[in-house]
Amino acid sequence: MSLLQPVFDIVLGLALLWLAWRAVASPDLFRGIVLFIAFGLVMALVWVRLDAPDIALAEAAIGGGLTGALLLATLARLESGGGAGTGRGKDRESEPNDE
Amino acid sequence: MAREPGGEKIVNPNPMMSNGNNCQRLFRLLLGLLLAVLAAGLGYVLSSLPSPAPGLSKPVAEHLEASGVSNPVTAVLLNYRAYDTLLELGVLLLAPLGVWSLGVAARHREPLVDPVLDMLARLLVPMLILVAGYLLWAGAHAPGGAFQAGSVLAAAGVLLLLSGWWPGPAFSGLPLRVSLTAGPGVFLVAGVALMFAGGRMLEYPPPFAGALILLIEAAATWSIGITLAALFAGGRPVAGPHR
Repeated sequence: MSLLQPVFDIVLGLALLWLAWRAVASPDLFRGIVLFIAFGLVMALVWVRLDAPDIALAEAAIGGGLTGALLLATLARLESGGGAGTGRGKDRESEPNDE
Repeated sequence: MAREPGGEKIVNPNPMMSNGNNCQRLFRLLLGLLLAVLAAGLGYVLSSLPSPAPGLSKPVAEHLEASGVSNPVTAVLLNYRAYDTLLELGVLLLAPLGVWSLGVAARHREPLVDPVLDMLARLLVPMLILVAGYLLWAGAHAPGGAFQAGSVLAAAGVLLLLSGWWPGPAFSGLPLRVSLTAGPGVFLVAGVALMFAGGRMLEYPPPFAGALILLIEAAATWSIGITLAALFAGGRPVAGPHR
């Protein structure tokens, strides 16, 4: 038990760094968003390990859930070429030039 | 898709490819160096912090009884630093205003007519509302509170929007606006009313502190949930029949 916890913490920290790097460096936007959601969930675990369950709850709900949903909705709009606006966003090319 | 994370795919319209690449490499090297310096500095600062960190946890614990709640986090957020939380709710109100100023909400795709999703939404939405209510109530003595409850409520809203429900014109007018402003509104009214009652702004008298916090948090939960769901809908609602 005494050895398990530090090992778990190190794995958690490394996973967090790796997910963050992959989320930023991924050329595919969809994959980046999914990695960001995974990052939020692992971050929630890290907050639990740091004895901050309040922040863990908020991180899981907002960082892992809602921000991911917002980003996915944005991606859907980017790909459909439209946008929320009636005028704005229409001037964007229909094919996204970022992958 | 299986590209290296280095991201060598920045398109360089410059015909002098090699020159551009060299420049880019130098830039990356410099950036990496600066980041390493930053990381080393942060590491040094972190390692030189006093080990029993001087904090405010002792005064917080000492005055917990007067705060009206037994969860120190809620006590700090809704009582000791209530002013900060009020301003935070104000920021949260600004977010949908910014989104609304960009354009009209449009369903960006046809709703999926999927019996499984429909059933799931019917099962999950009441449960999410229940969980939000529990988190709000539990915030007084355990981890939880308005922000957590509000985001769970917003998750229910997002699920509804995804499964094809769309607020009708009856909801997108005044009720929506009242919902968005209820949290900061109730907070502000409570703060100012306390001023007229003889105290300072947001200075809760200890016998009513618990009830006041619950009232403010309930309004804030509703507002946060509706705000985040409105952000997901994107754009201001159209009055009248949907275009």
